[in-house]
Amino acid sequence: MGSNDYILEVNNITKDFPGVRALDNVDFKVRRGEIHCLVGENGAGKSTLVNVISGVFPRGDYEGVVVFKGKETHYRSTKDSESDGLSIIHQELTLSPYLSIYENIFLGNMKTRFGVIDWDACLRDSYPLLKRVGLSEPPQTIVSKMSVGKQQLVEIARAISRNAELLIFDEPTSSLNDEESENLLKLLLEFKREGITCIMISHKLDEVLAVADSITILRDGLSVASYDTRAEEVSKQQIIKAMVGRELKNLFPEKDPKIGEVVFEVKNWSVNHPDYHDMKIVDNASFFLKRGEIVSFCGPMGAGRTELMMSIFGNSYGYGATGEIYLHNEKVTFKSPKDAIEKGVGYVSEDRKSLGLILIQDVKTNITNSSLPKLSKRGVLDKEKIRESAEFYKESLQIKTPSLEQLARNLSGGNQQKVVLSRALLADPDIFIVDEPTRGIDVGAKFEIYSILNEMVKQGKSVIVVSSELTEAISMSDRIYVMNEGKIKGVLNRDEATQEGIMHMALVD
Amino acid sequence: MTDKVQIEQISFWGLAKQNMRKLSMFIMLGLILAVFAILTKGVNLTPRNITNIFIQNSYILILAVGMVLVIIIGNIDLSVGSVVAFSGAISAMIYNKGIGLIPTLLLSLVIGALIGSFQAVLIAYLRIPAFITTLGGMLLFRGLTYIITNVSPISLRDDGFKQIASGSLNIKGFTIGNYDGLSIVVMAVAIIALVVYNYFQRRRKIRNGFSLIPLRYTILKIGALSALIILVFLRFAAYRGIPTVGLVLFIVTAIFVFITNNTVIGRYIYAVGGNAKSAKLSGINSEQVVFITHVIMGVLCGLSGVVFTAYMNSALPQAGNQFEMDAIASCYIGGAAASGGIGTTIGAITGGLVMGVINNGMSLMNIGADWQYVVKASILLLAVFYDIWSRRKSGLG
Repeated sequence: MGSNDYILEVNNITKDFPGVRALDNVDFKVRRGEIHCLVGENGAGKSTLVNVISGVFPRGDYEGVVVFKGKETHYRSTKDSESDGLSIIHQELTLSPYLSIYENIFLGNMKTRFGVIDWDACLRDSYPLLKRVGLSEPPQTIVSKMSVGKQQLVEIARAISRNAELLIFDEPTSSLNDEESENLLKLLLEFKREGITCIMISHKLDEVLAVADSITILRDGLSVASYDTRAEEVSKQQIIKAMVGRELKNLFPEKDPKIGEVVFEVKNWSVNHPDYHDMKIVDNASFFLKRGEIVSFCGPMGAGRTELMMSIFGNSYGYGATGEIYLHNEKVTFKSPKDAIEKGVGYVSEDRKSLGLILIQDVKTNITNSSLPKLSKRGVLDKEKIRESAEFYKESLQIKTPSLEQLARNLSGGNQQKVVLSRALLADPDIFIVDEPTRGIDVGAKFEIYSILNEMVKQGKSVIVVSSELTEAISMSDRIYVMNEGKIKGVLNRDEATQEGIMHMALVD
Repeated sequence: MTDKVQIEQISFWGLAKQNMRKLSMFIMLGLILAVFAILTKGVNLTPRNITNIFIQNSYILILAVGMVLVIIIGNIDLSVGSVVAFSGAISAMIYNKGIGLIPTLLLSLVIGALIGSFQAVLIAYLRIPAFITTLGGMLLFRGLTYIITNVSPISLRDDGFKQIASGSLNIKGFTIGNYDGLSIVVMAVAIIALVVYNYFQRRRKIRNGFSLIPLRYTILKIGALSALIILVFLRFAAYRGIPTVGLVLFIVTAIFVFITNNTVIGRYIYAVGGNAKSAKLSGINSEQVVFITHVIMGVLCGLSGVVFTAYMNSALPQAGNQFEMDAIASCYIGGAAASGGIGTTIGAITGGLVMGVINNGMSLMNIGADWQYVVKASILLLAVFYDIWSRRKSGLG
C-alpha cells in the first residue's frame, strides 16, 4: 500500500445554502488506513463537507466530485454510502431512544428471512460487535436508559456492523467526559490497527494531536491548510493560527482579580435523586464565593456538579435538598428559580438547546423573555425598551447576528451561548452560575465568553463556573473546587492547580 | 459468547416487576371485569354477554389496531369515524348491486386504502400535519357520506352481510356435551400451538446460547394464557360458537402483532416514531414509513366500515360518529405514548376492551350515557397518568 493510496478524494466541492457559501472549492484527501482530523471553527464547513461526502446532501446538490475507493460517488442518501462502506457517527446521537441496543445496531439493515426479522440472528451478531467497541451492557437494554457515552458506542457498533471501511466521527467527544473520551480515542487507534480509515472532526486540539496522522483545516468554507503529522511536527499554535486566521497569543484573556469579602456561602448541602429518593447525588457539600471571584467546579461526569448548582438554584433538581445558603452573610432560602433570580442569583444551564434557548424564537425575544416584567408597564410590553436592552447586549457581547429578528437556531453555538448569557445578565445577578459555558463552541468564541466573565467580576460580581475542561478551569478561575461522587473532595488555588492535581484529587484522595 | 446456556437468576417478584408495565393493563381489564361481575351479579360474564362485548366493540378494536400504529409514528388520525361511514355506505351500495360478500369486502378494503393513500400523501410528502389533514378528512368524508346516501340509511338487499358481525362459525350438529364442537376444537388447537411455540422458542434460545428465564415461569405464562383461552372459548361454546367477527378480529390482531414485532416495516414505524431524524440518518425512508402507516389505517377503516354496516344491518349516514375518539382512547389506555415511539397492538386491543367492558357493564346496570362518559374519562386519565408515572420511574423519558 503506497503512501498515496487515497481511499477518499474530494475535489473542488462547492456547496451553497441560501445566502451563504458553506463550502468553496474544497479539496480534501484521505489516505487509506489513517486517522485524518478535520479542524475548524464553528461554521467553517466541516459538517457540511461530511454531509456531502456521506450523501446526506445527494449528488447534484453540490458542485464537484467525491471519489471513494477509486470510484466517483453518486449517493442519493446515507443508505447508499453505508452500503458502500462509509459510515458517519453524528455529533447528535441518532439512536432511536425506545428501542434496544441490538435493534438500534441493525436498524435500517435488519437481518431478515423471507421479509421476517430474524431477531435471534440480530441478537447473536450483536455480541461480538459490542465486545469490539467495549460495551458490556446486555444487548436488550433500551438505549434511552444509558449514558451518552455508551449510546455513542452503540452508534459505533452500528457503523462497524456494516463493514465500514471509512468511519467519520463528527465531534465524537463533545458530550463525553475525560475518561470516555480517552476510551474513544483508544478505539480509534484500534480501528486504525484493523485497517479502518477514520475521519474525526474535533474542536479539541489535544485530542487531534494525540491521534491524527493528517490534519486538514477549514476556515469559512475554504480548506486553508493540510498537515501530515508523521512528516512534520505540528503545534497547537500553528493549528489555531490557521483556524482563526490570526494568532491567538493566549487562549485565555488576562485577568487581574480584585477579590473582596465572602458574598455567597453554602453549608452542608445534600440532595437526593429525583426518582430514587434514597440515592444521594450531592453529599454534604460546603463552599463559598467571594466578591469579584471566579470559582470553578471540576470533576468527572456524574460528580454531582450540575446537580449541586441546580438544586441550590431554587430546587430545580432533585428531592429532599437539605443545607444552608448564606447570601451576604444572611441565611436565605430559594423557594423557586424565580425567587433565586429575585435575590440576585443567575443560572445558565449546560444544555443551551433544550433548557436555555427557544430555538424558533428570535434573538431579541430570547434575550428579553425572562425579564419582561422589568421591560413592561402595568403588564403591557414596552417594545422600545425591549429593543434597547437586546441591542445593548448584542453590542456589548458582540453577538454576531444579521439582526435581532434572526431566529436563535440560525446562530452558531458560540453566539447562541452569548444570547443565553445575555438573558441571565439582563436580570442583573450578583452571583452568576454558568454551567459548561463553552461546551461545543470554537476557540475564538470561547475567548469571548471568558472575556465576558472577566468583565463581570471586574464589576464586582461573582461567578461560579461548572467546567469539564480542566485547562479552562485552571486558566480562568481564582479557586477550583474538585468534586466526585457527590462530595467536594477539595479546593485548589489558581497557582497550585494542575490538571494532574485535579484528577488526582477527584479520583484518588 | 459462551456455549453454556445461562438460566437467569430472577425471583418471581423480580420478573413481575420487570413486566409490570406490560401486565398492568391486563390486570386493569381483569379488575374492571371483576368489579362489574359483582355489580351486575355475574350478568356481564354470561356466555351471551361475552360474545356481545366482542361483537359490539369489534369495529372500534379494528380501528384501534390501526390507530396505535399512527400514534406510535407520532401522528393522529381524526378522520377514521367519517371514513368508516363512507366506506360502510359504499360497501352497502356495492353489495346491493348483487355482488358477493367477499368481493364487496375486498373492494371496501381497496376504497379504504385509496382514502388512506390520499391522506397519507398529504401527510408524508406534502407535510401537512396529520392533525390538520385528518381533521379535513373527517369533515370531507362525512360530507361525502351524506352526499352519496342522501342523508338516509341504505338497507341491505338480504341478511348475508349481517353474518360478518353477528354470525358465528359452527358446524351444524357438531356439539360436545352442551358445547359447540368447533369452539372446543379451536380452543384445544390454540393451547397446543401455544405450548409448541414456547417449546421451540426455548430450544432456539438454547441453541443460540441466549439466557433463559427459568422453566417454571414459562410454564406459569402458558398456564395463565391457556386459562384465558379456555375461559373465553367456553363462553363462546356455550352460546352460539365462535362469533365470525371474533375470527376477523383475531386475524387482524395476529397480522399486526406479527407486523409490528417481526417485519422490517413494523420496526421502522417504531424507529421513526421514537426519533424521526435518527431514523432518517439510519437510512430509513421515513416518509415512506409514514405513508404506509396511514394507508394501513385507511384499509382498517374500510374493514371497520364493513363490520359496522353488518352490525347495524344497514349503512347509516351518521355511522362512525366519534369512533376516532374511542380508538384513540383505546391506544392511550393500552400504554401508547402521546409523543410517539411507544405502543403495542395488544395494548390497543386491551385498551379497547377496557372501554368496551365499562360501556357494556354500565349499560347492563342501566346507567345512562352521561355517566358512561364520566367513568370512561376517569379511566382514560388514570391509565395515562399511571403510564407516564411508571415510564418516568423506569427511565423511559
